[in-house]
Amino acid sequence: MSTVTISNPITTTAQRRVPAGRLFVYAIVLAIGAVLMFAPFLFPDVRAQEVAARICVFIVLVASYDLLIGYTGIVSFAHTMFFGLGAYGTAIALKTMGPGFDAILLGGSLGVLASLVLAVLIGLLSLRVKAIFFAMITLAAASVMMVLASQFFEYTGGEDGMTYTIPRFFSPANTLIADENGKAIRIFGVAANGRLALYYFIFLSSLVLFLAMLRIVASPLGTVLEAIRENEMRAEAIGYRVVAYRTSIFCIGAVIAALAGILRAVWLRYTGPDVTLSFDIMIDLLLMVVIGGMGTMMGAVIGVVIMTLAQFYLKDLMASGAAATSNVPLLPDLLNPDRWLLWLGVLFILLVYFFPAGIAGTLMGKGDHK
Amino acid sequence: MPKNLSSIFERFGGVMLLPVALGLIAFVLIGRPSTWITLTAAGLAMGMMIFLMASGLSLIFGLMDVLNFGHSAFVSFGAFIAASVLAWSGVWVSGGNAGLNILALMSAIAAATAFGALAGWAFERIIVKPVYKDHLRQILITMGALIVAEELILMVWGGAPIPVPRPAVLTGSLVIGDVAIEVYRIFAFVLGLAVYIAMHLALNRTRIGLLIRAGVENREMVEALGFRVDRLFIAVFMAGSALAAAGGAMWAGYQGLITTAIGSEMMIMVFIVVIIGGLGSIEGSLLGAILVGLMANYVAFLFPKMSLASNMILMMAILLWRPFGLKPAVKG
Repeated sequence: MSTVTISNPITTTAQRRVPAGRLFVYAIVLAIGAVLMFAPFLFPDVRAQEVAARICVFIVLVASYDLLIGYTGIVSFAHTMFFGLGAYGTAIALKTMGPGFDAILLGGSLGVLASLVLAVLIGLLSLRVKAIFFAMITLAAASVMMVLASQFFEYTGGEDGMTYTIPRFFSPANTLIADENGKAIRIFGVAANGRLALYYFIFLSSLVLFLAMLRIVASPLGTVLEAIRENEMRAEAIGYRVVAYRTSIFCIGAVIAALAGILRAVWLRYTGPDVTLSFDIMIDLLLMVVIGGMGTMMGAVIGVVIMTLAQFYLKDLMASGAAATSNVPLLPDLLNPDRWLLWLGVLFILLVYFFPAGIAGTLMGKGDHK
Repeated sequence: MPKNLSSIFERFGGVMLLPVALGLIAFVLIGRPSTWITLTAAGLAMGMMIFLMASGLSLIFGLMDVLNFGHSAFVSFGAFIAASVLAWSGVWVSGGNAGLNILALMSAIAAATAFGALAGWAFERIIVKPVYKDHLRQILITMGALIVAEELILMVWGGAPIPVPRPAVLTGSLVIGDVAIEVYRIFAFVLGLAVYIAMHLALNRTRIGLLIRAGVENREMVEALGFRVDRLFIAVFMAGSALAAAGGAMWAGYQGLITTAIGSEMMIMVFIVVIIGGLGSIEGSLLGAILVGLMANYVAFLFPKMSLASNMILMMAILLWRPFGLKPAVKG
């Protein structure tokens, strides 16, 4: 693969040692991409499509978070806030203006704009102080946003969130290509209806955003960001304005997160604190980034896939484990499917200790680099 | 700003005047003295309880540059342990005997504190020690520990809200004229003040306190002089965790009904307090805690929906004015 040969000269020695790992990671990511591309045909059942769409949106979300935490070394806990702003903007517009692409466009852009303004404010205000301050401030900001969303329930639906209808073009009743009877034709047994169009809308938007982020990290901006992560003082001394760069990447991350929020809102036809703003989502993001590997876009893809599959299917496994051990004291409690976060937390701590580079980073031979 | 104006400001107490100013503004806005006194008392009591939780975090950071995102786990554990102890105490809590009431409450707080100290020791050794001097991994690991701790609480106490019996002697209110102040609030205020005075004396009058303050100022220098700052740090970490647990126990009694959300709710408060006050100083934490407590109560009365957001705005405003907080002991 050509990507191996055209990387910067500094890492070539490491690559010569482990080119297989790098190839392996790229192969996995390509395979995931291919599976997602044909997901509606490979897994026609509804739950699997739900999983596939969630994976698409979260790849964008986690990759944009990785721009901050992995590439620049900014720890932000406000990423779900931006995600939520995008989702809520779209949802409120769809609810008040009725289903239509104009509503998605208007609400979505308002959400993105709000994210941008907030990101600039938070960034300029607090990115000049220590990383730890920034983490605390973003955490506080995100929780305030959560409280506001539940308090202004006239607009946001409060804790229950809100459901709305999306444009008819995306509904299963819409026929994309009709056969002679006027019914949607079936491609490999899958009806070519609005649901299929919606999936490909999500998939292609996610793909475009992901490729855009790949472009960002390969650009001079990406290199400067890594320089800031490695040695802030030095980057400043060379003449890069660290605060400006940090703020700009924070804004880029916020905007992409908001765009991902729009996709989420359109796919789910429901927006509420649980699926967008909640702290659980933030923890999911953190786990995905760390499991996949911080500082690699490929890691984001791998982390999202592993975590999402675990979320959807590991719980079933744990439930059967709890049932099998029901006469042993304590074990059923530990294996209770509600406790799966406990195990993920333990796994998370162990990963940060022993494989801080995550799966992709370790495979790609970045393991020795902290 | 003219120089003599700022020196006058400093002479009259400097930033310590902020709570007074806040109180005066609120007095004008509220208008009714009796309401104002009740709210102020509630704010001070709340501030003192938050101070208990925040001071440890602030000192831990100041001394070893370690920010523990899992700090609120100690608050939650303290609250739940105190709730369990109070529930077991049964008639000691509900009976009319004031001595037994206080004894039950004290044993609940003591159990929470002891657990906090022990858990703090384990936490420091297992979780924090391997990642000294690496902020990114510190944040991640302590966050992971917080997840695990919250799951453990869910496993032991379940997800349903747990009622916390309040000792009979501390129920009801003290009525002076048309002013009513809950007895528990007075108790919380007195306890918080006692802890503050004890901490202040320990830090400023004892040899250990001297070492801690010196370590906050410049750890390498203290180590170069031959003191084991890492041992000192374990002690501070244990004390900080114990205080957080004690604060959680007090908060549980104040709320009367606790859920597992208590940790994350308090964490936000504690972070805001620590940022406002400046990292590493207990005076800063006290100042921040009282400001936040007063603000929360005044705003909850005046504009109920803005309660939490108001503290956020307060924090933003103070950061714009003083980027390192009001009374930081560590710079930068």
